Amino acid sequence: MSAELSINPGIELRNAQLELHHFQLRLAIATGFVLFMFLLLFGRFFYLQVVKHDQLQTLAEANRIAIVPVVPNRGIIVDRNGIVLAHNYSAYTLEVQPHKINNLENLIDELAALIEITPRDRRRFKRLLEESKSVGSLPIRTRLSDEEIALFAANRHRFPGVEINSRLFRHYPQGEIFSHVVGHIGRVNQREVEQLEADGLAANYRGTDYIGKLGLEQKYESHLHGTTGVEEVEVDSGGRPVRTLSRTPPVPGNNLMLNLDARLQEVAYNAFGDFRGALVAIEPSTGGVLAFVSKPGFDPNLFVDGIDVLNWNELNNSLDKPLVNRALFGTYPPGSTFKPFMALAALTLGKRTPQQAISDPGYFNFGGHQFRDDKVGGHGMVDMYKSIVVSCDTYYYVLANDLGIDAIARFMGQLGFGSRTGIDIEGESAGVLPSQEWKMRRFNQKWFAGETISVGIGQGYNAYTPLQLATAIATIANDGVMFRPHIVNYVEDIRTQERGAVEPNPLRTLDVRKQHLEVVQQALIGVNKEGTSARSFIGAGYVSAGKTGTAQVIGIKQGEKYVESKVQERHRDHALFIAYAPADDPKIALAVIVENAGFGARHAAPIARKVLDYYLLGKLPPPERRKDKDASGA
Amino acid sequence: MHPALRQIGRHITRHIDGVLLSAVLALMAVGLVVLISASNMSAARVTAQLANLLIALGVMWLFANISPHYLARLAFPLYVLGVLLLVGVALFGEVVQGARRWLDLGITRIQPSELMKIALPLALAWYFDRYEATLRSKHYAIGAVMLVIPVALIARQPDLGTAVLITAAGFFALFLSGLPWRLIAGLAVAGGAALPFVWSALHDYQRQRILTLLDPMQDPLGRGYHTIQSTIAVGSGGWFGKGWLNGTQTHLDFIPERTTDFAFAVFAEEFGLVGCVVLLGLFLFVISRGMLIAANAPNMFTRLLAGAITLTFFTYAFVNMGMVSGILPVVGVPLPLISYGGTSLVSICIGIGILMSIHSHKKLVQT
Repeated sequence: MSAELSINPGIELRNAQLELHHFQLRLAIATGFVLFMFLLLFGRFFYLQVVKHDQLQTLAEANRIAIVPVVPNRGIIVDRNGIVLAHNYSAYTLEVQPHKINNLENLIDELAALIEITPRDRRRFKRLLEESKSVGSLPIRTRLSDEEIALFAANRHRFPGVEINSRLFRHYPQGEIFSHVVGHIGRVNQREVEQLEADGLAANYRGTDYIGKLGLEQKYESHLHGTTGVEEVEVDSGGRPVRTLSRTPPVPGNNLMLNLDARLQEVAYNAFGDFRGALVAIEPSTGGVLAFVSKPGFDPNLFVDGIDVLNWNELNNSLDKPLVNRALFGTYPPGSTFKPFMALAALTLGKRTPQQAISDPGYFNFGGHQFRDDKVGGHGMVDMYKSIVVSCDTYYYVLANDLGIDAIARFMGQLGFGSRTGIDIEGESAGVLPSQEWKMRRFNQKWFAGETISVGIGQGYNAYTPLQLATAIATIANDGVMFRPHIVNYVEDIRTQERGAVEPNPLRTLDVRKQHLEVVQQALIGVNKEGTSARSFIGAGYVSAGKTGTAQVIGIKQGEKYVESKVQERHRDHALFIAYAPADDPKIALAVIVENAGFGARHAAPIARKVLDYYLLGKLPPPERRKDKDASGA
Repeated sequence: MHPALRQIGRHITRHIDGVLLSAVLALMAVGLVVLISASNMSAARVTAQLANLLIALGVMWLFANISPHYLARLAFPLYVLGVLLLVGVALFGEVVQGARRWLDLGITRIQPSELMKIALPLALAWYFDRYEATLRSKHYAIGAVMLVIPVALIARQPDLGTAVLITAAGFFALFLSGLPWRLIAGLAVAGGAALPFVWSALHDYQRQRILTLLDPMQDPLGRGYHTIQSTIAVGSGGWFGKGWLNGTQTHLDFIPERTTDFAFAVFAEEFGLVGCVVLLGLFLFVISRGMLIAANAPNMFTRLLAGAITLTFFTYAFVNMGMVSGILPVVGVPLPLISYGGTSLVSICIGIGILMSIHSHKKLVQT
């Protein structure tokens, strides 16, 4: 060894044999080292390939096979004549996987240099980004043109984490006219994910980006969505599918066939002109909802891919409250439209006969208050028929006092006032049907007998939805047989063409006599023939029944006269009208409310006339003169 | 066969070691089989590699025919040239993928670090041969400096893989020349003490690679990805492998660099533990043959040269397989004679050619 050599450094000893021996020893040590290291490798191979084999084999399989959900096509929604209200179309989207990108702003700027990305796209993307916590991909642009696709494809290497996908989009061709009834879908949010998990539906929503958020889209989600299919695909390391190993096809969602008549709805929507309001039309013999209008509406297409902040603020902050479903959620005092129901109550409860008349001085004094009639000096002698035809307040002040609040509440409860109708969309308001018990519950206060008086003419605590009013008048039209209002006629299985009807059976029959109903029905016919709304129904080719109403928005002090022109626009009275036709065999019953329009006969009845004309005679109203307000709102 | 032809044939194969050649050809064949699978039967790749192999075998033959005597004379000038070129790279080199490894000479681009793989063992063998009778610590110190200069230049390119290989070549030369054990122990201690400094001198990505080795799962889609996927490939091979062309990790693109540095993952996945043992056996056979040639070499120069070349070959194989199976950090070291690519193949075949030359020229030298 070299150590020995160094003992005698001065002597140049050339002992080749010894040196060779030393070298060979070193070589042997090195060989031992090599063998040891190879043994180590062998040990490692053995460990991986034998000991850990099962585990790593599983990992390799997991690498290899991806379970890809195949999202079913959402069912379409059509009106009673087959007019499409919601459908799907296929389009290409540019999508970004935010978790793979460091500087999103930069990326979007670079993309924008290639493909048009509007400020609206950016705002919407930002909102989506805030809402989603998942690691999926979010669309930055939808509906790419062929040129844009080609342009991106040529540059895609510059944009890792950005991809083009073909997706089905929901579209609502009728726009704002059906926004409140058809509703819309939107991207699934965190709360909905949790709900789906709680309901055990999470698996069926794998791969589904959208869920019904409003209206029928929400209520019939389980029918519309369908069953998600599964594809087992072999993927490469980039997640790109290489081939399909097995496939369970998705089951497409069911189609909704509605009772709604799209053209009728359009006529009704346009009949409001610039006014806000709501209209609900029902087929009395079935409860099928023919029209369901809340105006103003909004463009539901804005919501499908997440609405951008600007549009959202505009809708949400608008004084007109376009996002509120007035027909379903808005509660209004029914005003004089309450009178026919009061009359029926009086007859049924034996408090009045049709012939029994009062002398109307133009007011009713009770407990030191004077309750005034519209007509100064009064209507003279008023029986039940006249009380409805001329809408005499005094008659109903007295009647309400005679009946008492709880009897009124019990009877009106039968007609559905004060409880949800159970229509097939969510968000319904129950309204307020006042009673002693209600007031105690609500205000923890005793009921005062004086409060009953204004309830008699549909004021006071009374507050009902247009839908409740429509349901009640439809029940009168249908001779007391009540149906739950339903928008969907039947659900159609797209594969078997099997139809599941939604609501074939009556809800209940009113506990009233037929001759009593006829008294009220005759009086309602009289209203349109010779009463408050007769002018609106001149020359109609059918016999109709109706009742006007005016609902106070603000209280008027005693001794003060309500003068429309002196009141601020939004404090003006709401105009109401309920009607059905043809009187002998009602095909349609409706309730309409026009916000801040003033007297019911002037603004609400003409809308009803247009709707009835179209529905019964197929007559389209003359084209509306579009005003500036409408044009700018579009 | 015609006697003249036989004569020519004998002349051509005079310096070729049939034993070594057969093992080398077997490894090359394995490499082609792996490449066919790893490249998804790309005819272009396989053809290109066939050309590489022919060139490499030609170069091997050439070096087998060069007498060690000439090599010894070339050793020091080659080393100096290599160092100069490395300095040139550091000053004027081309940056390719973040590393400065190539030197553009106008006519062609070269990678001087490859030259160093041969030049350094040559130079060290020459140096120790020259002072063989009077070797003292001073000489080992100079040897160490000869080692450190190119390693430092290569490490800062950065090219950790080549630096490791050249360090190994140099260290084995020093070791075989009789580096005293106390110096080895001293080196080990000094090395241990220097670790923190080495750590701070490393590039971020190099540190990351080492950290990743300790815990690949800390960055499974980033830096740990290579190790995780290649480990899965090796392990899922099992006893007998998934069969040629059937490796899912391979064919679904989960193994990065699968024709080059990670070719072994492809092999292990498709041929399993049995295949791995056969491959280890082939490598061991080449190494043993090289050791035997070193042991029987006639003088210090050829012994050291043969030993260092053989152990460098071992280092290639060990580092690569260790890296693929997840016990060593990911450094760019190909699997000798298996991985796709011409450059390292040629330098390996030069080494094997030199081994053959040493073996076949020993009588000539001895006389």
